[in-house]
Amino acid sequence: MSVVDRINGVARKVPTWPLYILGLLPVPWLLYLAQTGALGREPIKELEHELGLIALRLLIAGLTITSLRRYLGLNLIKFRRMIGVLAFTYVALHLLVWVVLDMSLLWGQMWADIWKRPYITVGMAGFLMLLPLAATSNNLSLRKMGAVAWRKLHKLTYIAVLAGGVHFLWLVKGFQMEPILYMGAILFLLALRLPARKVAQRA
Amino acid sequence: MARRWKNTLSENDVTPEKVFLNRRQLMAGGAAALGLGSIGGALEAAEGLEPSSYEDITQYNNYYEFGTGKGDPVKNAHMLTTTPWSVKIDGLVDKPGDYAFEDIMKAMTIEERIYRFRCVEAWSMVIPWNGFELADLLAMAGVQSDAKYVAFETALRPDEMPGVRYPVLDWPYVEGLRLDEAMHPLTMMATGIYGKDIPNQNGAPLRLVVPWKYGFKSIKSVVRITLTDKEPPTSWNQANAREYGFYSNVNPEVDHPRWSQASERVVGGGLFSKRVPTLMLNGYADEVGDLYAGMDLSKFF
Repeated sequence: MSVVDRINGVARKVPTWPLYILGLLPVPWLLYLAQTGALGREPIKELEHELGLIALRLLIAGLTITSLRRYLGLNLIKFRRMIGVLAFTYVALHLLVWVVLDMSLLWGQMWADIWKRPYITVGMAGFLMLLPLAATSNNLSLRKMGAVAWRKLHKLTYIAVLAGGVHFLWLVKGFQMEPILYMGAILFLLALRLPARKVAQRA
Repeated sequence: MARRWKNTLSENDVTPEKVFLNRRQLMAGGAAALGLGSIGGALEAAEGLEPSSYEDITQYNNYYEFGTGKGDPVKNAHMLTTTPWSVKIDGLVDKPGDYAFEDIMKAMTIEERIYRFRCVEAWSMVIPWNGFELADLLAMAGVQSDAKYVAFETALRPDEMPGVRYPVLDWPYVEGLRLDEAMHPLTMMATGIYGKDIPNQNGAPLRLVVPWKYGFKSIKSVVRITLTDKEPPTSWNQANAREYGFYSNVNPEVDHPRWSQASERVVGGGLFSKRVPTLMLNGYADEVGDLYAGMDLSKFF
């Protein structure tokens, strides 16, 4: 039995619900670190940054699922919804930290920032795009909408991930490697889908 | 010598209020100007066991030569050799040359200045610096009458600065001031914090401090000071002229293109601290406002 088959076998047996809990463990952990000072001298910024990074990583992980199956035969599709819902949760927490802790509920300044600061505009747009996706990430919505419409809607993920990558790229000062690497990964994973779409259209 | 500056911040403004100062450090710092009456209060406040302000100041730094993370400088800056150290003072001066750090220290009078420090990234601290007025150092070299600007340069040591492997900025880091800004009594060269030698991550052995400008103007670990008649290039302005001007005065009304400068976060307040409004010229408008009289500060940002 090949490695891929073995992983697929294990994946079939693993239930998804404990993974939601596992996936949320970083939240209490980060709060604990913030309380003990382990997040550094300015824990709010660090918390905000870490939650954003986890969200971006999960969004990217979600993108890899389809490609892993297509190119390696690795079937992890059953985890995709969980990854997506977790990604949305982390984006929402990231936003919550910004609104409550970082901006101290200064609605006027936040409103101005959302319109005037491109990186915040893009980040907020990404969050709004994830809202309908999170709301329809359940079997009932899938049945009600029908698979075709549901899949069409969930293509919004591509744009939302791009928004996340641009949001990160746009907020750093000077020339920094980390956001460029994330953006590179996103563009690579999206590029992997291009030929597949063309094939689908021809068929 | 120029008119002397008088401290308006009290010890209670030091970041955060729970100061941990012990009496010996204070004495060693020769900080007689602090007013000994307030020490008792500071010590009492220290009973709260909050993170000490000295740690906020020395563990949350932007010093990209040692990495772009806020915790990178404290991790990496120990690699920097600061002895021997000399500062080359050249350009339009009467006595150009390499000035040894010890000789500078012998000639200068060290005093304590408690200044607000506002980073362009919208966070701030209050720092008790030790140092001397830049005007006194410039007087040592003799500024010629045709000088209009002062250019500064940070040490560039690829072997000791892991951050300069990456082209975050065009190294070495350079900064500049108009001569009247440089000669202003608020402008100082800091050689200590809390009465101790300034830690490497804060710009040892000597750095510029211009409290009414965004922090990046206060160039660290200075190796060269050049008097010139032209506006000198500055690192962040060269990296992105739209975002960082030559003046870079703290101004809540002129936003950074990517974020607002109207308010700031005071470092060290923990998870639930509130933002505070940013003050015009970082609270030094009375002292330095006339330097910019008649200038459109949104144009000369």
